[in-house]
Amino acid sequence: MKQTARIISIHAADTSGVCSMLYELGGMVVVHDASGCNSTYSTHDEPRWYRQDSMIYISALTEADAILGNDEKLIGDVVSAAKDLSPRFIALCGAPVPLLAGTDFPAIAAEVESRTGIPAFGLHTSGMRSYLAGASEALKAVVSRFCTDALPRTDAPSANIIGATPLDFSINGTVESMIDWLNRSGFELVSCMAMGSTLDDIRRASAAHVNLVVSSCGLATAELLLERFGTPWVAGVPVGKKFPAVLASALKTAAKTGECALPCAERDASSPVKKLAIPGETIFSGSLAAAIESDLGAPCRVLCPLEAEDRLLAPGDIRIFDEDAAAEAFAASSVVIADPMYAPVCPPDVPFHRLPHEAFSGRCYRKESLNLIDRPLPWRF
Amino acid sequence: MLKKLNGADDMTGAEVAIRDAEFPVPFVSGLEYNAPARGPWNIVHTGMLIPESHQVFACAQGCLRGVILTAAEMIAMDRMSWISVDKNDLFDGSLERNIVDGTAEIIRKLPKKPRAILLFISCVHLFAGCDFEVMLDELRAMFPDIDFIDCYMNPTMRKSGLTPDQLMRRQLYAPFMPCPADKNAVNLIGNDRPTDESSELVWLIRAAGRELRDITLCRTYDEYMRMAKSALNITYLPTAAASGDALEKRLGRRHLYLPLSYDLDEIERNLARFANALGIDTPDWTDAKRNALRALEQAKDVIGDTPVEIDYTATPRPVGLAALLAEYGFRVKRVYTDAMIEEERPSFERLRELAPDLLLTATVNVKMRFAGKGVHESGDVLAIGQKAAYFSGTKHFVNIVSGGGMYGFDGIARLAQRMIEAATHEQDTEAVIQHKGLGCRSCL
Repeated sequence: MKQTARIISIHAADTSGVCSMLYELGGMVVVHDASGCNSTYSTHDEPRWYRQDSMIYISALTEADAILGNDEKLIGDVVSAAKDLSPRFIALCGAPVPLLAGTDFPAIAAEVESRTGIPAFGLHTSGMRSYLAGASEALKAVVSRFCTDALPRTDAPSANIIGATPLDFSINGTVESMIDWLNRSGFELVSCMAMGSTLDDIRRASAAHVNLVVSSCGLATAELLLERFGTPWVAGVPVGKKFPAVLASALKTAAKTGECALPCAERDASSPVKKLAIPGETIFSGSLAAAIESDLGAPCRVLCPLEAEDRLLAPGDIRIFDEDAAAEAFAASSVVIADPMYAPVCPPDVPFHRLPHEAFSGRCYRKESLNLIDRPLPWRF
Repeated sequence: MLKKLNGADDMTGAEVAIRDAEFPVPFVSGLEYNAPARGPWNIVHTGMLIPESHQVFACAQGCLRGVILTAAEMIAMDRMSWISVDKNDLFDGSLERNIVDGTAEIIRKLPKKPRAILLFISCVHLFAGCDFEVMLDELRAMFPDIDFIDCYMNPTMRKSGLTPDQLMRRQLYAPFMPCPADKNAVNLIGNDRPTDESSELVWLIRAAGRELRDITLCRTYDEYMRMAKSALNITYLPTAAASGDALEKRLGRRHLYLPLSYDLDEIERNLARFANALGIDTPDWTDAKRNALRALEQAKDVIGDTPVEIDYTATPRPVGLAALLAEYGFRVKRVYTDAMIEEERPSFERLRELAPDLLLTATVNVKMRFAGKGVHESGDVLAIGQKAAYFSGTKHFVNIVSGGGMYGFDGIARLAQRMIEAATHEQDTEAVIQHKGLGCRSCL
């Protein structure tokens, strides 16, 4: 049944996506909510919380302020905190009650900016969409605001990585491995949005020759950079042994021709043969599917439980919006590679391989998370 | 780096000497930080205390995420299901239908029918004017052999009446129906961990020949339902008092609130009230009191002048505990609390005289983001509570929440013993305090 699950988890919400994407950029993020969003985010969705400081706060919304539309309380509190902490920017977003109350975050952000002189923007979260929607809007807002100058391209080939958050890539070295691979493939890194780079690094994004989109939450920003600076993008994650070469080649071609490419979706899962199923974020899962097909010869299908544009899916990939659809798709598969929290709905006669995805199971299986970048895959079928 | 850039060494507004502090709220409210100390229980942990029950949460994705992963971390996903709320549901009149149909489908899919369903709705349902009673009536008609318990995850309403934590503790006993009273049984109500067997509270129950019943000790639903018969309900946590009041009103059971205290006179008064309610003579507590004081002296000998810091998650009366320790020579430096309960007023006044320089420090103030892991401390600290451990950066801490099951003179003696253990043994603070729901199983 739609919107119902007996036993599986649910993906991190849009508010967590906002916080995760903006975590390292020196801004202040305020989630307009009573308490739960920040507690959930900082406990389950943010592995950097303990060791790396960031100005992520909750507004501590009350019933009275929500009903009376007391936006001045939020504005005053944000202004006061900004004066104490001097963030580089201020991002405001909301949970379900502000949605119901019709809180106008862009207007509040404009007011905050006029009172503090600090760049501020309002985002359209609701706590009812996935992290991808929030992370996407947040990154696009930052890039739109701060990445305005068309800098000369770097002398050597270079790239930005767009869409990196711990929700998709944990903190197990995967992002660092992607950067190493990019360097080995002949590209300097201009910025990694948004792990390991500063806001000033991101401001120089227009100097890159090409953009590598590693999660669908980076696509809107890549499109913005294409529109603003003509920088082409390539979507894919360099997993496995052979697929990284395909991706590197696509990056070189894109940098040369200016044409965008989707190697992660250049597959065909439409044949009737039983396939290996990979549920998850589409660019990563599509890349893994391509890698498994080329490295191990097993036909794959991506199961998409999240928001994703059609162009990110290959023919035969399917959308699974609820637990029943996941169970049905697993039952029709030869093998499943998925987050362990999908295991209870996988039939016992279908082999299940665990691949933790922090955006689904939080920190439960972090110790098992795998770095699959540019190396042999750990499975045999 | 951020600390320096942002001038977070300035703790104005986040810290105040008790002599200058206002009671009960010493700090101006504002944006809030969430410190990574996860030991205090949430409504999922508490609800799981009902044996053979299953939880169904109906709320938005962001809210679901926290409760589902709470269950996952405590290895209890087989007792947790959910129904998400979409934006359209708020406006197309389908909120109630989705919950009824979704819950019914979940129950049909469960491998074993639960004895009780804890059905949680959230802030948006209340704002949207959902008729919870109608939903429950329909579900009860469909599944007459299941007890449906209305539960609430409504933090937006936390200042409009009972907090979600208080509500949860009250609803924990909602299935209890009027029945003949069993005068030989006494309930401890609203706790999330057993009370020490050695405490005077339990001792009195045993001495009176009564049976002690406590949800934390129940292994089956039938055992749990037997609690409905107990003639006397005792609460001692402020968050549990509403549970006892509700049972008194609904079932006519006598309720005694005997607040957890660190004031020797108040402890004695509480125990006298309890003995009176049990119909037995009040024992002479001289030895128990002497043991408590001796334990404090021993702790003082070990801890010496090491600063002691206490936080509000360790005990509902951190100020009272600070006053006791200050009175017996400990160098209590700081109490972490954002507000104090009215019960703390006498201790607050006493502590002002005993230790006027003692600092009250907020935990949620935005500046506390940059105050963790001991950045404001030079030298070691003995902490009582996880937030005190986090902010002070110490590895020496008493790892308890909500009083830790310690009560009375015995509770003071045991706490003193725990302080000695904390002073003499290091813990991996980062690993320990990030486990959710102290005392629950954990997959981490």
